[in-house]
Amino acid sequence: MSNIVIKVENLGKLYRLGEVGTGTLSHDLNRWWAKIRGKEDPYALVGQINDRSQAASSDYVWSLKDINFEVRQGEVLGIIGKNGAGKSTLLKIISQITSPTTGSVRGKGRIASLLEVGTGMNPELTAKENIYLNGAILGMRKKEIDTKFDEIIDFSGCTLYVNTPVKRFSSGMRVRLGFAVAAFLEPEILIVDEVLAVGDAEFQKKAIGKMKDISSGSGRTVLFVSHNMEAVASLCTKLLWLDKGRVFYEGNTLEGIKKYLSNNVLEQTQVIFSESKVISRSGEKRFATLKSISIGKNNKPTLSFYKGDKIEINIEVEIKQKIQQPEIGAAISNFKGQRFHHLVSSWEQQIEELKPGVYKIKISTDTISLYPGDYNISCWIREYVSTSGSDDFIDNAIGFHVLKSEEQMTKQVNAFIDNGGVYLECKWDLQQVQ
Amino acid sequence: MEEKWDLVIEPQRHLFDLRLKTLWKYRDLLVLFVKRDISLVYKQTILGPVWFFLQPVMTTVIYVFVFGNIASISTDGLPKPLFYLSGIVIWNYFSDCFIQTSDTFVKNSDIFGKVYFPRLITPLSVISSGIIKFFIQFVLFIALYLYYILLQGVAVQPQIEILLLPIFLIVMSLLGLGFGLIFSSLTTKYKDLKFLIQFGVQLLMYATPVIYPLSTIPEKYHLYFKLNPITHVIEGFKFAFLGRGFYESTWLLYSVGFTAIILLLGIVIFNRTEKDFMDTV
Repeated sequence: MSNIVIKVENLGKLYRLGEVGTGTLSHDLNRWWAKIRGKEDPYALVGQINDRSQAASSDYVWSLKDINFEVRQGEVLGIIGKNGAGKSTLLKIISQITSPTTGSVRGKGRIASLLEVGTGMNPELTAKENIYLNGAILGMRKKEIDTKFDEIIDFSGCTLYVNTPVKRFSSGMRVRLGFAVAAFLEPEILIVDEVLAVGDAEFQKKAIGKMKDISSGSGRTVLFVSHNMEAVASLCTKLLWLDKGRVFYEGNTLEGIKKYLSNNVLEQTQVIFSESKVISRSGEKRFATLKSISIGKNNKPTLSFYKGDKIEINIEVEIKQKIQQPEIGAAISNFKGQRFHHLVSSWEQQIEELKPGVYKIKISTDTISLYPGDYNISCWIREYVSTSGSDDFIDNAIGFHVLKSEEQMTKQVNAFIDNGGVYLECKWDLQQVQ
Repeated sequence: MEEKWDLVIEPQRHLFDLRLKTLWKYRDLLVLFVKRDISLVYKQTILGPVWFFLQPVMTTVIYVFVFGNIASISTDGLPKPLFYLSGIVIWNYFSDCFIQTSDTFVKNSDIFGKVYFPRLITPLSVISSGIIKFFIQFVLFIALYLYYILLQGVAVQPQIEILLLPIFLIVMSLLGLGFGLIFSSLTTKYKDLKFLIQFGVQLLMYATPVIYPLSTIPEKYHLYFKLNPITHVIEGFKFAFLGRGFYESTWLLYSVGFTAIILLLGIVIFNRTEKDFMDTV
């Protein structure tokens, strides 16, 4: 017997585009007629691939297509991908919420899915009643909950409120309670979908720690979907990257994340956003549109930097409407999504006004002290007075490398890459006092 | 060597793969759902379970007035309140089972979209909490029944068939469940049906001897009424407790058989719907 606990073969899922309900009856009848004649589903033939940026050419779309992968016991599989890449659909199929159109999923052991924390909790019921209800919904027997009840209450930190209706709880406390139930579920396979996006930092840490325990401590398998690359990097032993409903990458976590974050960069010193299809962009673009970004030093384009270099970032932006005191910014993060530098125009040099037109902004940094590694720059523009988000925001617009200098080669730089991010020069004095 | 998998998810499931084993594993959930439904009734209201009494009492008063006094429909020589209440109590249970299970998927789509458990648990919990409501109303019926016998001296002859009460209840609940399951899979796609069901159940009540006895119907139409499986439960119930009504064991068996078929059909359709209703709801 192999220790494969989940085996996904040729999995595909076809969805209807547009509004379900109009014309369904005629489609149903057509389908049924085809079935009677022993023909294939007439609508399955015309499904197009899941690329949300393209206009629909047929009524159906393959949200997932030809998905194949295996998960071994004790593995933590991180599933990443852009919005709409099919991650949630995949989890829904594995959790039996919806069924696949083609292919199959086979699993061993009890599968519990946490697509939401505290599913089925009723605000009128007390914390205690809800723990039982939620536990049973997740597949626990009453006896099991009885034996774990004290631990669950303890973990949630709601001891004081055991007999209080949940409607009196803050939303954060509800999440804690819900996660506490799930944490003591002890399934062989746990499926988690971004539930960690809610809750405070302390709770997130606790939750990730608990998931680590589950997988490493007791050899259970976890499937984890997240946009938080840092959480994925620290938790997952294997990575599955979905793109347009297909598996784009499967394998080593850190390598995959690196690729994922620099996917749109493609080793270019200049990225023109209108040409790049892979950028992840947000914002309403009411006032301004970011056009391009480029990077270099000493007025020459380059992607390679050493400690002590000064980075020059050039951002081109088109202003459509006059804006007062806009904020233009760039942020430098590592491949785990950890942010090191936050460069904002309003902090350094306030731009008073931008009239419609195209502008070039050059950001020249002081000497950098980043550790060797791969970094990304995100950039944005926002109307300073507005309280809402950026008018145009481009995540991981461009990437660059910090290389080891010759001096560093002699030191054991690799040893501390995981233990920090930025150099801090210091002097060491050693004295014997006794 | 062929590997042994605990879970196999495939596009098509076998028609009669009803997964009753998984259902049994979740029996605690059923109990908790029923508890939740019952305790919520107490928690949100001032009068609490009194509402269970109020509704049949009001309906009985209206029926006595409209059908009994204005329309003067025969009650087989029985005291009007007793006759109407007996019909209402048992009919209510059927219509509750039917109507409340018929939109299972639509009503629970939030929770169904997030977690898997055998969906059949939800309608089962509905009919189980319904039976508790039925017994509360049944107590009311018994109280009125004893009042008429002991204080008014009305001569009603309870029959040995009173022992069939559990059968009447099972037929009512499972028939309601069966119809509810069949319609629940249709309401997910065609939401218009929900209005139709409300209306349809009303009509069905008038087509069933609830507010009139079968004996007032001309003999030549009797067969049509007898083909309605609910007739035998309502009439049988009245016969058992009040000594008037139509009861034949073969016809009751017909009702049982009819129910079994509807229920099986309902479960099969329900199971086919549950696997991908999330895409259409």
